[in-house]
Amino acid sequence: MTRAPDVVVVGAGALGAATAWFATLAGLRVEVVERGQVVSGTTSACEGNLLVSDKEAGPELDLALLSHRTWHEELGEHGHLWELEQKGGLVVASSAQGARGLAELTERQRAAGIDVTVVDADRVAELEPHLRPGLAGAAFYPQDCQVQPMLMAAHLLRLARARGARVRTGTTVTGFLRDGERVVGVRTDRGDLAAGHVVNAAGTWAGELAGLAGVHLPILPRRGFILVTEPLPPTVFHKVYAGEYVASTQSAEEGLQTSTVIEGTPSGTILIGSSRERVGFDRTVALPVLRELARKALALYPSLTDVAVLRSYLGFRPYCPDHLPVIGPDPRAPGLWHAAGHEGAGIGLSVGTAKLLVQAMTGEVPDLDLAPFAPERFAEAS
Amino acid sequence: MAEPDLAVVGAGPAGLAAAVTAAEHGLRVVLVDGAARPGGQYWRHADEAISPGPRYDDLRDRLRAAEAAGRLDRVSGHQVWFVEPGEVPTLHLTPRREPVRARALVLAPGGYDRQLPVPGWDLPGVLAAGGAQALLKGGQVVPGRRAVVAGTGPFLLPVATGLAEAGVEVVAVCEAGSLAGWARSPAGTAAVPSKTVEAARYAAALARHRIPFHSRTAVTAIHGDDAVSAVTLSRLDRAGRVRTGVPPRRVEADVVALGWGFTPSLDLFTTLGARLRVDTDESLVVEVDAGQRTDVPGVYAAGEVTGVGGALLALAEGELAALSVAADAGRPVAERRVRALRRAVGRGRRFAGAMHRAHPVPASWETWLRPDTVVCRCEEVTYATVCTARDELGAADARTLKLLARPGMGWCQGRVCGYATARLAAGDRPLTVDDLAPTCRRSIAVPVPLGELADP
Amino acid sequence: MRLTFDGRALPAEPGQSVGAALTAAGIRSWRTTRIEGRPRGLFCGIGVCFDCLVTVDGRPNQRACLTPVRDGMVLESGGSDG
Repeated sequence: MTRAPDVVVVGAGALGAATAWFATLAGLRVEVVERGQVVSGTTSACEGNLLVSDKEAGPELDLALLSHRTWHEELGEHGHLWELEQKGGLVVASSAQGARGLAELTERQRAAGIDVTVVDADRVAELEPHLRPGLAGAAFYPQDCQVQPMLMAAHLLRLARARGARVRTGTTVTGFLRDGERVVGVRTDRGDLAAGHVVNAAGTWAGELAGLAGVHLPILPRRGFILVTEPLPPTVFHKVYAGEYVASTQSAEEGLQTSTVIEGTPSGTILIGSSRERVGFDRTVALPVLRELARKALALYPSLTDVAVLRSYLGFRPYCPDHLPVIGPDPRAPGLWHAAGHEGAGIGLSVGTAKLLVQAMTGEVPDLDLAPFAPERFAEAS
Repeated sequence: MAEPDLAVVGAGPAGLAAAVTAAEHGLRVVLVDGAARPGGQYWRHADEAISPGPRYDDLRDRLRAAEAAGRLDRVSGHQVWFVEPGEVPTLHLTPRREPVRARALVLAPGGYDRQLPVPGWDLPGVLAAGGAQALLKGGQVVPGRRAVVAGTGPFLLPVATGLAEAGVEVVAVCEAGSLAGWARSPAGTAAVPSKTVEAARYAAALARHRIPFHSRTAVTAIHGDDAVSAVTLSRLDRAGRVRTGVPPRRVEADVVALGWGFTPSLDLFTTLGARLRVDTDESLVVEVDAGQRTDVPGVYAAGEVTGVGGALLALAEGELAALSVAADAGRPVAERRVRALRRAVGRGRRFAGAMHRAHPVPASWETWLRPDTVVCRCEEVTYATVCTARDELGAADARTLKLLARPGMGWCQGRVCGYATARLAAGDRPLTVDDLAPTCRRSIAVPVPLGELADP
Repeated sequence: MRLTFDGRALPAEPGQSVGAALTAAGIRSWRTTRIEGRPRGLFCGIGVCFDCLVTVDGRPNQRACLTPVRDGMVLESGGSDG
């Protein structure tokens, strides 16, 4: 008989993998439980953004900057495994009004610690020669990075396994083991698993999982589509996005919103996003959304008109109503921890999140105050 | 034409039979096909003056009559890149053209050669067996002087004899199975007697051209610098491993034609969400009822997509599908004909099943691979990379393998390496729908220019 | 019919595909791969594999096996991902 693990992590995506890694690093015995395969959820249906450019002063930016340091310092030696690329982000404004708004945003962001420079309209082509001429202005964010998210999660799980972690795929959590109020393990379709702590890193399923423990966590799916082109020689050199992107990430709109994000990948393809819709877990391919993404991309890069689209994919961002993730212990169910609800920023924020969570779990003072991410901050559903 | 009653996708034997039959039953039909001339791969021909066969001539004449009567429109040279489900499904076409909307769909897109990676298979001069045949049918072009035809299944024989008749020296036909299978499968040949005649004809042709036929033999390596110059032929044991004690033979050749059965084109069915199943030959196919109906209302399937079985079966299925469309639309159909077609389809399927069992993919083909063997030709993913993703990163199914090692992520979107990827991920266990579906699911069925997507 | 391939005359028959015309002229590869620079030409021959991509009248990445020959056509090897 092996001893019960210190931590059971539910979910083998980016958040679960990062949590498993930092927990094993802290000397904890870890077991990861995943109902599907490794990296089979939102981690496999996103772009791998590590952004600071879409954030304003506040707890999410603090978490992004902590994550940024974590990616480059603690995890820097492994960066090549997941194609970490500090490509920089370029936010472009089409109108003079948009350019003024962007300039104001960059001033606030600079004051908050983001590295950003305003790019005059006539210098945009030096950074992105294929962008259409006549843009009103741009801002350059050298800290914006990209990783290949599936490789990142799979390698962190591999590294965690090398430190003794166990990963059980095809295992669905059906309930929690309780000792009074306290969560002391999980019930699964393959048997019970006792543990000192249980971490909910279940992505879009995290709200439902919390429900199994009797606690309310309003995490809902927000659907997004991405187009993938044929492989091309380098054409888009940075992460390029339209100024309205920042606004759309923060929007509470239910209906379809699209704002252009274009970037190249190490495999030569160009990824074209982004769309946001609250349609539940509907996996139907919505042609009008794909058309809108294509139209907006061509408005910025008209020379891509003959470039072939090879495929599209869709994913579900796990989001909370206040657009902040849920990180930390749940006082309503002691022993249960959450690392979920990062919406479209989960890959970038995963490593900072995991680090904070493990710090708190092992009795260290976390690098950031966890209060803004507290799971009990939402009013109970009536 | 006003909104048609039926859109048929694919103008091979199944699609042609369906389109013509439906038009003759008074339905308004649109027939969509990627090629300039009807006939599909089976009846590919370079010139309308040279007939690919009497059955084709009959269907073509009826097709022309239906067109002349204003009951059938042909949309040739266009591929369906997206099928939008709905009460009246919409077919979006490339190159840019008005979409086709119709209440009923008969989808008969056919299939293509199934492939297994082998060291050197990406060298120029290595062709899919169907590719070699397409060159011959498309204008008697020969791909080289000395050819080896290898893989498994009855299709190797017409390819070999076709090459020989066009003047290529066929130095070996390598069948990985125990025999050509035809004569040895009583259930199958009894079901379709004409197939026995066909088999005898090919055997005679092989003898006439002095083509050596090797059973339990495979091309396990292909050699050359900028193109094929030689192959290694290996004797296989029952499991498909290279037999120890029988020295492999090196044979000079400048053409290698490879085929391991066929892969049906399932893209449109996966987008529509039709129920799928794994056939005897481990192909993913669409489930149909006794009238060729899929479980998606208004969507019918015919030909290789319901189970690889050849042209005769496809003809029967196409006609039967059209009769179901007509009957479901409330038009009178001859019940006797329906019953006869159902019997023909049943016989054809039994024969196809016997063929599949006689020509399985060798269980141990993975042992032929070397670390640097390319598995995915598009993304140049090697066997070593696949093994790392599978054995170290935990990719236990085809979808995860694709995500972590990129096989199937390139131009062809896994059409060529999809089966092999699913097999490599699954190890020894039998393949399931969940193993194969990720290699066949393509939201965008063929590449479409961004400009066409943006501006329909 | 008169076509050119990389500036040289290429004979072709009406009804042929570009891939067939190149093959008939003894040309077996007209593209190199993105990563390893390996030569590629026809493989599946029926529009499935995209190995035979060729530039046709300035339009890159056309499938040689599906593109019918036309008088005056200008073909170029390589490809936009090369």
